Amino acid sequence: MRAPLSWIKEFVEIPSSISAENISDALIRVGFEVEEIITQGSDLTGPLKFGKVLSIEEITEFKKPIRYVGLDCGESETRYVICGATNFTVGDIVCVAIPGAVLPGNFLIAARETYGKTSNGMICSGRELGISEDHAGIMTFAEGSAQIGGDAIEALEINDVIFDIAVNPDRGYALSIRGVAREVAAALGLKYVDPVDALRNLTFENVGKGVSAKIVDADAASVFYLRTLSNFEQSAKTPIWMQRRIEKMGMRSISLVVDVTNYVMLELGQPLHAFDADKISGGLSIKRAGKTQKFNTLDGQERTLDPDDLMVWDEVKPLALAGTMGGLDSEITESTIRIAVEAVRFNPVAIAKNSRRHKLSSEASRRLERSVDPSLAQFASARFVQLLTELSSAKHVETVIDGQPRYAPVVTVDPAYVASVLGIQITSSEIASLLRLVGCDVNEKNFQVDPPSWRSDLLQPADFVEEVARMVGYDKIPSILPPRPKHASLTSTQKRRRAIATMLASRGFAEVQTFPFTNQETIDSMGFVGERAATYRIANPMSEEFPLMRVHLVPGLIEVAQRNISRGARDFAIFEMGSIFRSSQKLVSAISPELGTRPEQSIIDAITASVPPQAFHVAGLLVGKTESSDWQGPARAYSWQDAIAYAQDILQLCNLNWEIKRSDFAPWHPGRCAELIVDGKAVAHAGELHPRIVAAYGLPERSVAFAVGLSALPETELVRPFTVGTMPAALQDVALIIDQSVAAGDVESALRAGAGNLLESITLFDRYDKIGDGKISLAFSLVFRAQDRTLTGPEVTQARESAVAEAAKRTGAVLRTI
Amino acid sequence: MNPQDIQGWLSDAAKAFTQATNLDELKVARLAHVGDKAPISLASRALGSLSPEEKASAGKIIGEAKAELGRLLADATAKLERERDARVLIEEVVDITLPVQRSHRGGLHPISIIKNEVSDFFIEQGFSVEEGPELESGWLNFDALNIPADHPARTMQDTFYIEPTESGMVLRTQTSPVQIRTMLTQQPPIYVISPGRTFRADELDATHSPVFHQVEGLVVDKGITMAHLKGTLDNFARHMFGDDVTTRLRPSFFPFTEPSAEVDIFFNGRWIEWGGCGMVNPKVLATCGIDTSQYSGFAFGMGLERTLMVRHGITDMHDIVEGDLRFTRQFGVGL
Repeated sequence: MRAPLSWIKEFVEIPSSISAENISDALIRVGFEVEEIITQGSDLTGPLKFGKVLSIEEITEFKKPIRYVGLDCGESETRYVICGATNFTVGDIVCVAIPGAVLPGNFLIAARETYGKTSNGMICSGRELGISEDHAGIMTFAEGSAQIGGDAIEALEINDVIFDIAVNPDRGYALSIRGVAREVAAALGLKYVDPVDALRNLTFENVGKGVSAKIVDADAASVFYLRTLSNFEQSAKTPIWMQRRIEKMGMRSISLVVDVTNYVMLELGQPLHAFDADKISGGLSIKRAGKTQKFNTLDGQERTLDPDDLMVWDEVKPLALAGTMGGLDSEITESTIRIAVEAVRFNPVAIAKNSRRHKLSSEASRRLERSVDPSLAQFASARFVQLLTELSSAKHVETVIDGQPRYAPVVTVDPAYVASVLGIQITSSEIASLLRLVGCDVNEKNFQVDPPSWRSDLLQPADFVEEVARMVGYDKIPSILPPRPKHASLTSTQKRRRAIATMLASRGFAEVQTFPFTNQETIDSMGFVGERAATYRIANPMSEEFPLMRVHLVPGLIEVAQRNISRGARDFAIFEMGSIFRSSQKLVSAISPELGTRPEQSIIDAITASVPPQAFHVAGLLVGKTESSDWQGPARAYSWQDAIAYAQDILQLCNLNWEIKRSDFAPWHPGRCAELIVDGKAVAHAGELHPRIVAAYGLPERSVAFAVGLSALPETELVRPFTVGTMPAALQDVALIIDQSVAAGDVESALRAGAGNLLESITLFDRYDKIGDGKISLAFSLVFRAQDRTLTGPEVTQARESAVAEAAKRTGAVLRTI
Repeated sequence: MNPQDIQGWLSDAAKAFTQATNLDELKVARLAHVGDKAPISLASRALGSLSPEEKASAGKIIGEAKAELGRLLADATAKLERERDARVLIEEVVDITLPVQRSHRGGLHPISIIKNEVSDFFIEQGFSVEEGPELESGWLNFDALNIPADHPARTMQDTFYIEPTESGMVLRTQTSPVQIRTMLTQQPPIYVISPGRTFRADELDATHSPVFHQVEGLVVDKGITMAHLKGTLDNFARHMFGDDVTTRLRPSFFPFTEPSAEVDIFFNGRWIEWGGCGMVNPKVLATCGIDTSQYSGFAFGMGLERTLMVRHGITDMHDIVEGDLRFTRQFGVGL
């Protein structure tokens, strides 16, 4: 919302000692963010005069059209200037910078020789004067609208300050000069005159039959004013002062009737819509679109209507998308004589829906969906009649009213509550006077507070607390720490995540965070199928390229790896922690209990159960070499072992025990993927990525990855440590020959099981695969120890032999004889 | 045997020992002066032929001389050994400036670091860290926070909706649904923060990202006032931006707080919007079943990306979201 200081001053007495910065600071203090203070005219000095075009000589020998223009600037002689614009004719009034004038950009105007002529000044466009972005041509004014030879700087009100203000959605009233001026006055303690006061007693006699008005859909609007005027003549033009104000607000001057509707909206905040009354069949009514299919809006677009769209109808067809945009068929044209101007207090939700459904945010809908002062339907339409009858030959014919304004109810506000929320000392009478400052009526006996007509947002005591706080100033609230609760700590899950991330980072992994969006091609290319491929679809994705929620972290890591590789990185490890979104359950229809009281527990449970579980994972991708090759020697490449080891390190960090199995699991190499199992549940996969994926994404060959489902990990149990033995250990080595298809993990498990509880540790210290015949040799070192005694030779031998026997039984292992 | 001879042997030996420049030369000198054929050894062996009286007095003299020779030899040996050791250490000098670190440099993502930092700060203040799902029920993300359907406040946040849209499921636009979940499951006093990932349908540019992070705080207790909100924010701001930072509350609008405020910080010479805050709207408390006649509360929320960018002078959001190793590695693990 823009607000020119010159316009604010019409309603607030602002002494010259108060600067634009003071006003801006005051607005910020009461909750209106001033995004920009635009100072116009400070870099412009005259003389700038209105001149009448007397003659135009077209100079044609140049590439572009050039005019040599004779001007009457109220001087004794005709002034001749060169002009490159062509949007004017003899008789128009233009704005002329006389030699000596300085235009924005420190552009000094001087008489000069150009195009073979002497140019004694310059005809200006709005942009050249720094007052608009319009550079389509020079500014022209109708004859009679400006005084020839008069000072254009003053007449155009060029010297002004415009505040560009961000207005919060609860303060629709401030989308008007009336509202902004009130805030400026309240914030600075200045005298304010409500422009509506002058309109309260303004009535117009009904002298004929106008257009009738009817609210058919009672939910859609509370009050409907329709005023019909006639005798409008097209020769009436928008006066310069009105045109300039409209331009300063960032809108364009269109025609007198449209300009007056916009002017009143900007001044008071009530959107108006003017119809050509002769194009209305019968009366107007407000009702839903129903079965109507198509509607052409003013912007020339054909729109497909929703049955719930709120429309302004005549007896035959809809004429306007209510509160949002008028229709093409009934707009004011150059032949309009009779005008029907509509002012309605629409239901904000209805307008919000209109606007959203048609992606059409207009100046009108922006105000109406934020709620407009219900009293304004009367006053704003009266203001329209007042202005249009003053500025043209139009005459009021009839005013028709349907419905009546509905206002927010009176609220009892406990002054003690106000003080207790704000944490300040404040008396009841101070509270009363601050509430009056924002327009409330306060009965100090019982503190019944009647909010002003423009504040439909003041509904509960807390809303009034904010008003008091705004007027007191938030800076007056002290800064005190709340009482300190006893103790808090991270949960074990949070501690685990942090420890895992820190471990990986300290071991050379860089953490990345990718967008959790994906697409079907990616899911397919990874080889995910079934429930691992099923996911949720975003109805309105950022891009149709990524409409799905991710089902795995590895694809995101691959994308980041590709980006880093394209930027020159070769050897690195990255990891990500985050949620994945497999569609494990069907989404049910939204459950939306009423607000204000706690819903039944069963409803709360149903709501939380309707949200699908989102598993939290950590995954790593390792590409290239494990370290840098340097003067100390070459580095080895990452291999499947590294990925599995990191996955195991994560489980080890969480103090968990696991089993390991070979797995054929996407996106890994079917022969090089390990599955880690905790408490019978597969919680992690690791190994070499599938060669097809490595090739498809251009990763270095044999890139490896791991993924651990952190939310699937059990809580660590309380550690009950065994007593550390101090008796000597006995070491036994065994070499076993097995079929190469046998998993080393199975052999180790068998040895463990057979060795019994004297076994302390077991280490695979050699693996030899050159035996041939499909056989390999595994050599294990077994450490035995008893808590209470030194083991005897026969005891140890027996334990070893039973270990080997178990391995033979389970895996067909044969003791290797050397 | 002449005592003067013995003195001569001693001085000869002392001279030879000190003149030895290394342990090998010292060995030669030792054999010459204390070896089997050395004069002192010969004299010692000759004692046997002396009379008992002579033997006693000569034996004493020779014994003392031998002891002296032993001392001289030990001193010379120790000195030369020290010299040898020192020389060896010098010879074994290496260039310790050679690059020896071969492992990749890792690091946490700066958002993780700042999230940890914020969490640690509030845990010290007695706040718990609560989390919730990113794909969230619309009722928890909007309605329960007093953002009804078709209220302009819903359009303040460009929301990602999940199909089918009748489910009302959204990618949470704020971490506030965690506040609702907390109030629906815990009784006051409640002191929690909820850091986490949030989503809004904004194009990725230098200052916006459709996927970003927030931290919100919620306190519900008896006697909580806006002054407590201010105190908490002041403390938080000083922790994040240093003791010189100043905060400012500006009236604003959020449906879930009333009164509402924007919190600005004065940092590096200018006011910067940091986040939003306010007193929890009684309607929100009541919807969660909290007795508003007994309890009041405050809430606040900040963007973690914004906090990071302001504090570290990061000017392009792309650096934060792209995952370039060169960017992330600069932050280490946040120590």
